[in-house]
Amino acid sequence: MSTINNKTRVIPADTDFEVRSTNAVCVNSSELDEPLRSKWKYALAGVLFGIILIKAEVISWYRIQEMFRLQSFHMFGVIGSAVAVGLLSVLLIKKFKIKTIDGEPIRLEDKKFNQGQIYGGLLFGFGWALTGACPGPLFAQIGAGAWTVVVTLLSAIAGTWAYGFFRERLPH
Amino acid sequence: MKQWLLDPWPWYVAGPLIGLTVPLLLLLGNKAFGISSSLRHLCAACFPAGVSYFRYDWKKESWNLFFVFGVGVGGYVAVHFLSSGAAPMVDPRLTAELSTYGVQEATGLVPADLFSWESLFTLRGFALMVVGGFLVGFGTRYAGGCTSGHSIMGLSNLQWPSLVATICFMAGGFLMANWILPFLLTL
Repeated sequence: MSTINNKTRVIPADTDFEVRSTNAVCVNSSELDEPLRSKWKYALAGVLFGIILIKAEVISWYRIQEMFRLQSFHMFGVIGSAVAVGLLSVLLIKKFKIKTIDGEPIRLEDKKFNQGQIYGGLLFGFGWALTGACPGPLFAQIGAGAWTVVVTLLSAIAGTWAYGFFRERLPH
Repeated sequence: MKQWLLDPWPWYVAGPLIGLTVPLLLLLGNKAFGISSSLRHLCAACFPAGVSYFRYDWKKESWNLFFVFGVGVGGYVAVHFLSSGAAPMVDPRLTAELSTYGVQEATGLVPADLFSWESLFTLRGFALMVVGGFLVGFGTRYAGGCTSGHSIMGLSNLQWPSLVATICFMAGGFLMANWILPFLLTL
């Protein structure tokens, strides 16, 4: 609740992080100010990820329907094994205090619970079953030439904006 | 080209590769894997409109926009250079159910009968593309993450709020796919 009160005031620079962290597991923990050209490496990582999404068929509307109808193990296998590998990687990174390629210590933020994870989670679940896509696959589907998905993406951006607009009036 | 590159990859190949995205992004620059935040950065960059939620230095987070741009390029590469073009295998029960709604044989990533420009102006096409997309954008931000941020990154880091979110994603999807969607498809 305290974070919501902060919002009505002008946000000084040091609470910028707080605004970001209330939003996301996806926090950028880096303190470095990277020049723009160094960010192409993330585009390259994205290309690899996009290829995997397509080859794994997790961007297929049919696979998502099969998952929610319990007609196929595929999606559960993909998500389960992805988590297993991610879990092991994070454990190893923590145990051996592995640093980034720029020599910065790797830091992971803890996620605070709020009711949004329940309400928002259910709403996203509805959207996932309708569109057959979570945000990553939307981009991959468009790249793959499913042009009508541009409409879905624009609508998702509108949904994000609407959340930002109504945020302080929603239960958290 | 090698046949295994062209065929769809089984879950035990694809899943671990998706999991490796977590350490890859951490090693490249301390970035926690997550995709739906990119939608927020796009809002902050294009139409912040004085909403406090969109008033932050989005340029600092622009790695995320580079990443999703790459995902789009990856989609293009995979379909044009790493695909056999065969129709996707679909569970016969699903095919049978869809045919009762006039949704024909599977041809691509999404059923052409549902996700087309003509369909967009029908009630069910609008529900699937426009309402569905809106819920994806609204819901992921409300939940603070999506399948990548919560289900993969969050669970990998043993965050219990991410487990709550993941269970709710699944519950919502289950409800929609089995009880609401069948009705919407008859529209």
